[in-house]
Amino acid sequence: MDTQHTTLLVIGGGPGGYVAAIRAAQLGIATTLVEGESLGGTCLNIGCIPSKALIHAAEAYHQAHRFTGDATLGIHVQSATIDIAQTVRWKDGIVARLTGGVGALLKKHGVKVVKGWAQIVDGKTVDVTLAKPETKPMRIQCEHLLLASGSVELGLPGMPFGGRVISSTQALSPAAVPARLVVVGAGYIGLELGIVYRKLGADVTVVEAQDSILPLYDEELVKPVANSLRKLGVQVHLGCKVQGMNAAGDAVRVLDGAGHESELPADQVLVAIGRVPRTHGWGLEQLMLAMQGRALKVDDQCRTSMRNVWAIGDLTGEPMLAHRAMAQGEMVAEIIAGKRRHFAPNAIAAVCFTDPEIVTAGLSPKEADKAGLDCIHAHFPFAANGRAMTLESTDGFVRVVARRDNHLIVGWQAVGAGVSELATAFSHSMEMGATLEDVGGTIHAHPTLGEAVQEAALRALGHALHV
Amino acid sequence: MGIHVIKMPDIGEGIAEVELVAWHVKVGDIVAEDQILADVMTDKATVEIPSSVAGKVLALGGEVGQVMAVGSEVIRIEVEGAGNVKADGGASAPAPSAPAATVAPAPAMAPQPKADVPAAPAAVPVKIASTSAAPARREGSNGSVPAHVRQAGDKPIASPAVRRQAWEMGIELQFVPGSGPAGRIVQTDLEAYAARAAQGGAAVGGADQRYAQRHDEHAVPVIGLRRKIAQKMQDAKRRIPHFAYVEEIDMTELEALRAKLNAKHGKERGRLTVLPFIMRALVLAVRDFPQINARFDDDAGVVNRSGAVHLGIAAQSDAGLMVPVVRHAEARDLWSCAAEVSRLAEAARTGKATREELSGSTITITSLGALGGIVTTPVINHPEVAIVGVNRMVERPMIRGGMVVARQMMNLSSSFDHRVVDGMHAAEFVQMMRGYLECPATLFLE
Repeated sequence: MDTQHTTLLVIGGGPGGYVAAIRAAQLGIATTLVEGESLGGTCLNIGCIPSKALIHAAEAYHQAHRFTGDATLGIHVQSATIDIAQTVRWKDGIVARLTGGVGALLKKHGVKVVKGWAQIVDGKTVDVTLAKPETKPMRIQCEHLLLASGSVELGLPGMPFGGRVISSTQALSPAAVPARLVVVGAGYIGLELGIVYRKLGADVTVVEAQDSILPLYDEELVKPVANSLRKLGVQVHLGCKVQGMNAAGDAVRVLDGAGHESELPADQVLVAIGRVPRTHGWGLEQLMLAMQGRALKVDDQCRTSMRNVWAIGDLTGEPMLAHRAMAQGEMVAEIIAGKRRHFAPNAIAAVCFTDPEIVTAGLSPKEADKAGLDCIHAHFPFAANGRAMTLESTDGFVRVVARRDNHLIVGWQAVGAGVSELATAFSHSMEMGATLEDVGGTIHAHPTLGEAVQEAALRALGHALHV
Repeated sequence: MGIHVIKMPDIGEGIAEVELVAWHVKVGDIVAEDQILADVMTDKATVEIPSSVAGKVLALGGEVGQVMAVGSEVIRIEVEGAGNVKADGGASAPAPSAPAATVAPAPAMAPQPKADVPAAPAAVPVKIASTSAAPARREGSNGSVPAHVRQAGDKPIASPAVRRQAWEMGIELQFVPGSGPAGRIVQTDLEAYAARAAQGGAAVGGADQRYAQRHDEHAVPVIGLRRKIAQKMQDAKRRIPHFAYVEEIDMTELEALRAKLNAKHGKERGRLTVLPFIMRALVLAVRDFPQINARFDDDAGVVNRSGAVHLGIAAQSDAGLMVPVVRHAEARDLWSCAAEVSRLAEAARTGKATREELSGSTITITSLGALGGIVTTPVINHPEVAIVGVNRMVERPMIRGGMVVARQMMNLSSSFDHRVVDGMHAAEFVQMMRGYLECPATLFLE
C-alpha cells in the first residue's frame, strides 16, 4: 500500500475541516485533507447554502404569485409559474461555485486534498479508499489527526428513507413539487423546508411530537412563526407521534396525544427530526475515544481523549453550526502551530431561516433565570420600526437580556423578516462585553431594522424613545 | 427650664482621671433619672455614670477615648425648673467641656476615632464589592482600583482580542481585575496586571472572590482596656530585659493523681484542672527563691520581695487581656485555688471584677490550655519580675529505663526580669517546680 506522511491530517472537508486545513497551511503546517464527497460538507452541499437558495427562490415565487391577486403595492402580475428544475439548477450553480471556491482556496494554500473515504487504523494512521474505483487504497500517516466528519440525518425507526420518505438532502433537490408533503419534525430544518414547499405550492402538514413548534425557542419567539404558518396555510399537528407509513404506502400514520390514530395522505414525507454526529462506519470506534452522549467529547481546545487527535464541528455535538466548526477548526490549526488558544466564545449566534426568521445569541430570559442570574429584559417590536413597515413585515421584535446589577448583556433574541443579519450585532456586542448603555449609546443607522436593537437596550434601561 | 451639669464623679482610690469608653446617649435624647449615660474606665474597672436628673441632653462633655479629669463636665442636661448652673450659664460652661456647638453636629453615636487619627475617613468599612444598580462606574484607567469584583464562578468579560492576548501571555483572565463597564477587562488592565506580576506584586485579585484584592481599611481606635493593655505591654517590654527559659515536665503522675482526685472529690469540691497544681508548685518554689515573687520598683531602685503570693492569672475577656489576682495563693489548697480562679475568670469576663481583684499581683501564670502551643515567650506583668507560661500537654513517646513509653509531656515557658533574677536562679526555680510537678506527692509533703 502506498503510504504518505503529513503533519496534519484532516478527515472531512466541511466548514470545520477546510477552514482548519487552510489555517494550518497558512501557518506552515504540512496538511492533507480527506473528503469522500464534494468539498464544503453538509453546509455547502446539502445544508445552509442550498436551503437558503431555495428559501429565496420560494419567497420570490410566493411574492410573484401574491401579485396575481393582492395589489397592495400596486403591482399586478398576470400569472406566476415556476420551473423547479431550473430553480434547482440555479441552486446547484451556487453550490458548485462555493465548493469550487473551497477547492481553489485549499489549493492556493498548498493543502493536499485526497478524494476518498477515510478509515481510521490508529490515532496516527488512516487508510483512504480513493473515490476513483480503479486506484488502489492509500495509507496516510500523520502527527496530528483532526476529525471533522460532521453529522448525518437521523431517520425514524420503522420509516426508513426511501420511496416517498425523503431526507432534507433530497428535499433540497426536488425533481417536482409534490402535491401533498408531510414534514415530520417542527424543528428549524423541518419548518424551513416546509415553508419552502408551501410557497412552491405544495399542501404541507407538519407533525411534531412535542407540544410546540421550534421547541428549543421560547413561546414569544415562536409566536410570529406560528402566525405565519397559519397565514401560509401550513397545517401543524403538535403532540403527535408518527407511527410509520400505512399499508398502501401513501399516507403517514399519526398517533395524537389522546391516543387517536389517523392517516395523513402524503406524496412525499420529509423526515427532519434532527442530526447525529457521524461516529460510525469509518473506524472511529476503535480509537475508544471518550464520548459525551452520541458526540465525541472534547475539551476547550478540541482535544479528544487521545493525544494529538482533535475533533471539531458536528462530530463534537451541539450546537451543530457551521460557524462554530469554522472557529474550532481555525483554533485547532493555531494550537498545532504552537499558539495558545482556547475555544471560549461568549455567544454563538444561531439563526432559524423560517418566515419570519429567528436569531438568538446568548441566554433567553428563562435560561438566564435557570443559570441563576438576576436579569432584566426588554423587547422592542418591529411594529414601531419604520424600516419594518416599508418591508411589509412588522411582526416580530428584538429582545435583550442583561444582568440587573451591571447591565452586562447576556443574551439577544429577535424574530422578524430579515433579522438573521442582526446576528452580527448580537455576537459582536456580546463578545465585546457590551452593557445596555454601550448599545443604547451607539448610533444605529436610520432607517434600519437594527434600530430595534438600540431601542431594546434603551427600553431595558427604561427610556426607549419610540415605544 | 434650667440646665443641669453632671460632673465626672470621684471614683475613689485617689484616681484623678478616667477614660471615657462609651456614650449611651446622644445630644437631643430624653433621659430618665438613673439612666446610664456613659461608661468610663479607671485602671481596669469600668464604671457606669448614671443620670441624676431627667431631661434632654444638650451637650456631651467629651468624645469616646478621651481622658477626663475627675470633676470635669460629663454632660449637660436641660431639666424642668432650675438647673444647677445659671440659666444663662451656657456661656459660662466650665472650660474642660466642649461647647455644645462643636459637639452637636457629631453626636457620639458609636465609638469614633478622634479627628486627628489620620485614617478617620475610613472608619466606616467601605464595601467595594458593590452590586448596586449603578452601572458602568468607570474608575481610573490605570486599573488599580477594580470597579467591579467578579463573584466566584462569574465568567471574566473581555473582548476576543484581549482574550487572545491573555492566552498568549499565559494569563488567566479570571484573576485580572477589569476596569471597564460591568467589569470588562480591557487591554490596559491586562498590561497593568502583567506589570504587577513582573514586579512580584500581588498577582491575584479581581475575578475570584477568594483571591480578590481588598482595599478596605478599618481604623480601630485604641481606647479603654486596649489602651491600658498597650501601655502596659509597652512599659513591660521597654523597661524589662526579659529572658525566657523553657523546660519540659513529665505530667504523667500528676495527671494520674488529678484523675483520682477528680473521681473521688470532683462531685462535691469541683473538678481540678492542672492549673491549681501548678499554682501550688509555684507557691512552694518561690519560698526558696524570694527574688522571683517580687515587685521591682525600678524608679526607686527597690525590689519588694513579697511573703504573700498574690498570683495573677492571665485571662481573656471580650475586651482583651485581663489579669485577675488570686490573693494569698500560699494560703489556699487545690480546690480553693480552683474555685478562686474560676470565680475571678468569670468576673473578669463579664466585666464585674473590682479594681482590687485586678491589681496587686506579685507573680503571674499565663495559660492558654489546649491552645498553649509548644513554647511561648510571655511578657512580664510589670512591675513583677517573673511570669510562668503553661504550654499544651500532649502524650509523647519518651525513653524511661531504656524503653519507649508514652508520657504526658508539657512545657513551662517562663520569662524573668534579668535585672533582678539571675539565669541560674531562674533555672533552679523552674527545676524545683518541675520536681514538685513530676512527683506530685511532694506537693503535699512540706
